[in-house]
Amino acid sequence: MKRALVLLVVTATWAAGDCLAQPSVAGAAPRTLAPYFKPATPVPKAPDADGFVQRWLLLEPINKPNRTNTVFTDTYVKNALNNEYFPNQFTIIPHDGDKVRAGEQELMWHALDSTGFNIKLFRFAYGLNKTTYGVIFWAVTVVNSPREIQNARMAVGVNGASMWWLNGKEAVDLFTDRRMKMDDCVSKRLTLNKGRNVIRGAVINGPGLSDFCLRFIDEQGEPIKDITISLDGAGR
Amino acid sequence: MKSYVVPAAILLAAAMPALFAQAPALNGEPYIHDPSTIAFSDGKYFTFGTGGGGLISEDGWTWHGGAQRPGGGVAPDVIKIEDRYYMAYAKGGGGMSGGHASNVYVMWTKSLDPNSPDFKFNDETVVASSDGVEDADAIDPAFLLDPTTGRLWLSYGTYFGYIRIVELDPKTGKRVAGNQAVNVAIDMEATALLVRDGWYYLLGTHGTCCDGANSTYNIRVGRSKNVLGPYVDHMGVPLLKGGGKLVVAASGRFVGAGHFGILGLGDGVERFSCHYEADLDRSGRSVLDIRPLLWKDGWPVGGDNFWGGTFEIESERSGFALELAVDFTRMAGRGGGFGGFGGRGGRGPGPTPGAAPAPPPAPPAVQAVPSQRLYDVLQNWPAGNIELRIGDYMMRPHQKWSITPVLNAGGYPGSPYFKIQIADTDRTLAAAEGNEIVTLPNYTGAPEQLWRIDQLTDGAYRIMPKAVPNSTEPVALIAVGASTPTLARFDPKSEKGRWTFRKP
Repeated sequence: MKRALVLLVVTATWAAGDCLAQPSVAGAAPRTLAPYFKPATPVPKAPDADGFVQRWLLLEPINKPNRTNTVFTDTYVKNALNNEYFPNQFTIIPHDGDKVRAGEQELMWHALDSTGFNIKLFRFAYGLNKTTYGVIFWAVTVVNSPREIQNARMAVGVNGASMWWLNGKEAVDLFTDRRMKMDDCVSKRLTLNKGRNVIRGAVINGPGLSDFCLRFIDEQGEPIKDITISLDGAGR
Repeated sequence: MKSYVVPAAILLAAAMPALFAQAPALNGEPYIHDPSTIAFSDGKYFTFGTGGGGLISEDGWTWHGGAQRPGGGVAPDVIKIEDRYYMAYAKGGGGMSGGHASNVYVMWTKSLDPNSPDFKFNDETVVASSDGVEDADAIDPAFLLDPTTGRLWLSYGTYFGYIRIVELDPKTGKRVAGNQAVNVAIDMEATALLVRDGWYYLLGTHGTCCDGANSTYNIRVGRSKNVLGPYVDHMGVPLLKGGGKLVVAASGRFVGAGHFGILGLGDGVERFSCHYEADLDRSGRSVLDIRPLLWKDGWPVGGDNFWGGTFEIESERSGFALELAVDFTRMAGRGGGFGGFGGRGGRGPGPTPGAAPAPPPAPPAVQAVPSQRLYDVLQNWPAGNIELRIGDYMMRPHQKWSITPVLNAGGYPGSPYFKIQIADTDRTLAAAEGNEIVTLPNYTGAPEQLWRIDQLTDGAYRIMPKAVPNSTEPVALIAVGASTPTLARFDPKSEKGRWTFRKP
């Protein structure tokens, strides 16, 4: 019921020809990223008490209009998220304030710390007066591990659909229109390198909220917490 | 249940899955009466019965004669304490030949395997007796080594008077000096004792034995906080006044369940052995069986051996269903959003003032929506290996699994291995290298395509591959994520490795 209501509202918005940013209402307080995000700092950040990675470089949303989330089959999501929207999409380690061009859009990277365990992508877009529905979000972060950790798993939850890569290798896919729950889809056993590990993810959503949560778990399913996130000095 | 008058050997050959609606009582020649608790020695399972012989099994599924026990007599029991197997049995009594004078003997050996150099019974001694006049019949002994105290107890008795418990020395198997027998039940025989969660359980057989297909033997239970009682059933009826909650009775083609014996398999898997006075698919002979032991509200319940069918395989962790990782194919169906609730909420101009109200439009005819069929989607699936995930159950072909027993491929206590396939296809679930799972386009009978399915004490199931390529680690199907399956070590305290089979 909730999702159906959102669908109707969005349909009406598109019908009016406005599928871009929602302007602030005159006289209303300007939109901000607070209280959902704070700027990332140069100081390495530990994951939260449950091991969730809260520091990310987020790219302003790429337009990918979808009037419904029912299209997010495995094949559709793979094609949509393996498509290159901006240069060096699968290798770039961006810095805060860097800009990329995706088609007609000029988009900026933002180095942020989420104040919750999950990364509220809808609030990220809304707070920046960007398109909230029918979009693709790109996220990058750098995890530093004090040791090589074998048989770890990347555990992801997402509202929408998404794909995730660790050190350039596809790790977890979350297909169909999903509700976000922690540890929803989990990678096969993988190795976290000692030192730097690059995580890259893409989230696609039509109408509705978008967010994700990500952590690493060990062979026993317990969260890995002795890691830090530094964004390779990309913080402000 | 249909009746098939076919020789047992034929029934147990290739046609068995098609003929048996319920699991058969073990494979091979499991013919025995009054079986002891099953013991594991020298890599094999053993049970001993009335008359001196017994059964041996390499895997717990296929059983043959060959176990040996000196002394003859009736209804033995066996227990392992440290490096000794203590054997108890009785001579005399039981009303046989009209008498109830009997002795219970205990002896020990370091191996139960007659081919072992350690197979030698020692120190036979009498631990309980009945004089033939008193209200007791010293036969049908059963051991309990109390895990909380380390004390060794022995129950015995029949309908002729009381079920009694005596204490033995766990270092010798002899009666503790000065120990007096305590009466704990009446109207029972073939007793057994269990300890669980602070309760002592006394199980025993009610009904009549030794009358083939007309035997009414059935296994019942009472419990107590003290090993010496008082034992009462779920209705509060003392076992000394004839109480006893039913554990297992006749069912299917099996008549006269008796002689309960616990068989713990580790990781929370509990089974029990019993005999049936008559297996109607085996000429009405008395046979051994091994079945799941379930627990409900603090009481043991006899489970049924799993025998396959077509199912949704539901994760106890997430409630999602094991499925092929293929594109979801939408099916026909109204999907009318808010209009789907009846379509009466239109925004028309409304009736003309003063005019008679228009009759409501006829509702659309209600029609059945056909289920999605395999052949609606099969062409969209990859031809090679397909990975798996766990998703919302939607009654779709990629979520329906056909589970079939595989004969002549070995087994485990009480059951053969199974193959697990997408229904109406040859696509087969298999363990893959690295402790992962995959589906293969065709079944070949390789050990990684065979699955052990154990019912757990709460009724859920554990699913384990017979083998994993390049690994000897025992692993089970685990929901490592809410939507992600893998193979990993089973944790009986976790929901991650528990599965439910539901009708699709």
